[in-house]
Amino acid sequence: MEKKIPVTIDGRELQALPGQTILDVAKENGIYIPTLCYHPLTTLVGACRVCVVEVEGARNLVASCAMPVSPGMIVRTDTEKVLEARRMIVELIWASGDHNCLMCESNGMCELQDLIYQMKIEKPRFEIQSPGYPVETTNTMIMRDLNKCVLCGRCIRACNEVQVNEVLDFQERGSRMKVGPAFDSDYSDSSCVFCGECVEACPTGAIINTQGRFAGRPWEIEKVRTTCTYCGVGCQLDLNIHDGKVVKVTTNRDYGTPNGGSLCIKGRFANDFIDHPDRLKTPLVRDKNGDLQEATWDDAISLIAKKLASIKKKHGSDSIAGLASARCTNEENYLFQKFMRAVIGTNNVDHCARL
Amino acid sequence: MTNSIEELEHADVILAIGTNTTENHPVIGAVVKRAVRQRNAKLIVIDPREIALTKYAALWLRQKPGTDVAVINGLMNVILSEGFEAKEYVAARTEGFEALKKVVEKYTPEYVETISGVPADQIRAAARMYATAHKSSIMYAMGITQHKTGTDNVKSLANLAMLCGKVGIESGGINPLRGQNNVQGACDMGCLPNVFTAYQQVANEDARTKFEKAWEVKLSPKPGLTIVEITNGAAKGDIRALWVMGENMMLSDPDLHHVEEALKKLDFLVVQDIFLTETGRYADVVLPVACFAEKDGTFTNTERRVQRIRKAVNAPGDAKTDWEIIAAVADKMKYPMNYAMAEAIWEEMRQVTPSYAGITYGRIETAGIQWPCPTTDHPGTRYLHKDRFTRGLGLFHAIEYIPPDELPDKEYPLCLTTGRVLYHYHTGTMTRRAKGTTERCPESLVEINPADAEKYAIHEGQMVRVTTRRGAVEAKATITPRSPEGTIFMNFHFHEVATNLLTNPVLDPVAKIPEYKVCAVRIEAA
Ligand code: SF4
Ligand code: SF4
Ligand code: SF4
Repeated sequence: MEKKIPVTIDGRELQALPGQTILDVAKENGIYIPTLCYHPLTTLVGACRVCVVEVEGARNLVASCAMPVSPGMIVRTDTEKVLEARRMIVELIWASGDHNCLMCESNGMCELQDLIYQMKIEKPRFEIQSPGYPVETTNTMIMRDLNKCVLCGRCIRACNEVQVNEVLDFQERGSRMKVGPAFDSDYSDSSCVFCGECVEACPTGAIINTQGRFAGRPWEIEKVRTTCTYCGVGCQLDLNIHDGKVVKVTTNRDYGTPNGGSLCIKGRFANDFIDHPDRLKTPLVRDKNGDLQEATWDDAISLIAKKLASIKKKHGSDSIAGLASARCTNEENYLFQKFMRAVIGTNNVDHCARL
Repeated sequence: MTNSIEELEHADVILAIGTNTTENHPVIGAVVKRAVRQRNAKLIVIDPREIALTKYAALWLRQKPGTDVAVINGLMNVILSEGFEAKEYVAARTEGFEALKKVVEKYTPEYVETISGVPADQIRAAARMYATAHKSSIMYAMGITQHKTGTDNVKSLANLAMLCGKVGIESGGINPLRGQNNVQGACDMGCLPNVFTAYQQVANEDARTKFEKAWEVKLSPKPGLTIVEITNGAAKGDIRALWVMGENMMLSDPDLHHVEEALKKLDFLVVQDIFLTETGRYADVVLPVACFAEKDGTFTNTERRVQRIRKAVNAPGDAKTDWEIIAAVADKMKYPMNYAMAEAIWEEMRQVTPSYAGITYGRIETAGIQWPCPTTDHPGTRYLHKDRFTRGLGLFHAIEYIPPDELPDKEYPLCLTTGRVLYHYHTGTMTRRAKGTTERCPESLVEINPADAEKYAIHEGQMVRVTTRRGAVEAKATITPRSPEGTIFMNFHFHEVATNLLTNPVLDPVAKIPEYKVCAVRIEAA
């Protein structure tokens, strides 16, 4: 057993583990501390200071996400000083961007919006001055509106520390500091590989999944957990459904291994084949002239059964073969080989594992 | 994979050979990069191409395509001559060591350098790095298997890992990364000509009797044909009917002219797919099916983890799931298959499949389980061969290096190697219909080393004709040092540039995998 560290938060005496931060302990014990730049999988930076708390004996307020607990620490999360400091920070953030929730895709799942609502801020005390950046719409997957960026740096850490793609950083330090690829280029002109980790990390509407734009508000969307259909990693993802259609893909870190909420471009952005107009919708049977014509299921199934039976009779079971698929489910593959073996009577069944 | 994806992150040394991980298994690529950047793991890349992982590698061995066995033997030669082998492990858990030792003896780093072009010192350094670390993990993909000597390559890696005692330990092992989402599952489910589910041999009487009882029918003891043999059989007229469930042979198989000829010769071809594929165009019956988002079921990932897929939307038009179609045809052929839902098939399957027996839909509702999982209270298996190998003792195979089937010569002076790119998947039926991936990679490019480009007077973006003994295709050139001098790289995602018109259909004699990674070509401005 590791030695427990006694700490007091808001008058409650708690036991912490070595290495835990004030935020960790608070979370574990159901004490709410707001955060913004905090990203559980990346380096703790304590940059936004939304999570400040008062620690007895400390001269200044401390960022709870980055401060490890020490024995006997006495923490208060709800003093007037704390609340005012947080409020000030949030108002400053609000005033320094163009946070027009009406047309923002993140409306309803924005951490800044939530903070403002919780703190009951009707209007920032500062004049709103949007930086006036052009919105980046040069690709169809990720849209960036840095006027909504709160400079939390989560996208940067997600890109560098979670996916290790090393594309994003703070550019142009100073008052016009912004986040993005080197040389302030668009994603499509950079080394970005469109994994979308930064989309998932962004707490506001500054980096969004373009595919889901105008395709349903967050509260109208149903999420269905499934497994990616592409490579063998088997990433877990949520298909976002609106009006009976898959409108985009999101992830959930809590699903754990194998991908812990990460995806690649294929899993995140290459699912629009699902309602592509080329999808086959009816069975096709070749007619006398050699053309494929639409047919009913009954006709198609009967024809297959008849043909297979007659070929089996005439040339034997081993004149028939079947190719199963690495794309189909286990259930389907099981049934396919059972069909070839039990119904046709041959072991001529393979798939393209080899290719 | 013998081990798990999450274990890779905690390895001390990762040896990546024949895997362009960041493009083909990007999320595993991220795991490897995190291991390097954040946990100080050392990465050894062995690959002819300057893949993105080389940027993270402590060592990059750039072998000539198809010389893997020589390189691996070279690594073992160093390990043995410097005494880094795991002596106790070898003595207690393996057999065949003496024969291995004998063969490996002549593969000195200097000799291997003459075959592979890898400097002897790099072979020494890599051998030391791999052998002396505590947790060393090997991962590989098609760059190892798609050779005439693919089986030799895989066995050589097993030799290396066993020699150093790295199999059966956490964060070690030999880890093939599977290309397609459910290759592992399709194999486990018995979609192979010689085995039922869980690799139970059709030629084994006990296994057959078991399945005969379960399926209430007499079964054939004769192993069937592999995919390439089926094509050959069709061309010869021995195979008369073929049912293809979701495969696109007309792009993925080697030597497409031959495949076309074979498909045309069939009396009856059924293709079921989500789109009308190149293969579907030759079919007598094409059936529309539901895609992964439109059905329930399970996939088994590359680390043997069984995970759910769930129906999220309805299939378009009259499309049905693949299993409904199979069941309907079986019914018509007087073999009733009554399943109310995918789970009913699963329940039947796990009764006859020991390694899956303990996995139920209920158990994998929130997290997948890795087989073997023999009983419903078994937690699943993170890594294999912990205390013993499946066969008891681990068997070393003494393997000599054999050069690729077709080497560059006067007429075809360059080597062609094929593979995938990040933005597309297999034959492109899905990713080429997706906007984003197509936007990133709209066309097929031939990657040519700057020196070769100069030699053949080819400039960036120019159309080139690539010719082999089997055919020719035209595509745009891109000049890049990613390709080594003397080797060009092409992907096989684009039907307009059917790379498999070029590839050499020669097969690995055991695994029957074609040699997609090496053949001789000529290039010229088109
Ligand atoms: S999409 Fe991925 S690679 Fe591109 S900037 Fe975002 S995190 Fe980085
Ligand atoms: S773009 Fe989003 S994640 Fe990145 S710094 Fe701005 S607000 Fe944070
Ligand atoms: S999201 Fe990418 S890495 Fe993950 S399973 Fe899909 S294709 Fe593979």
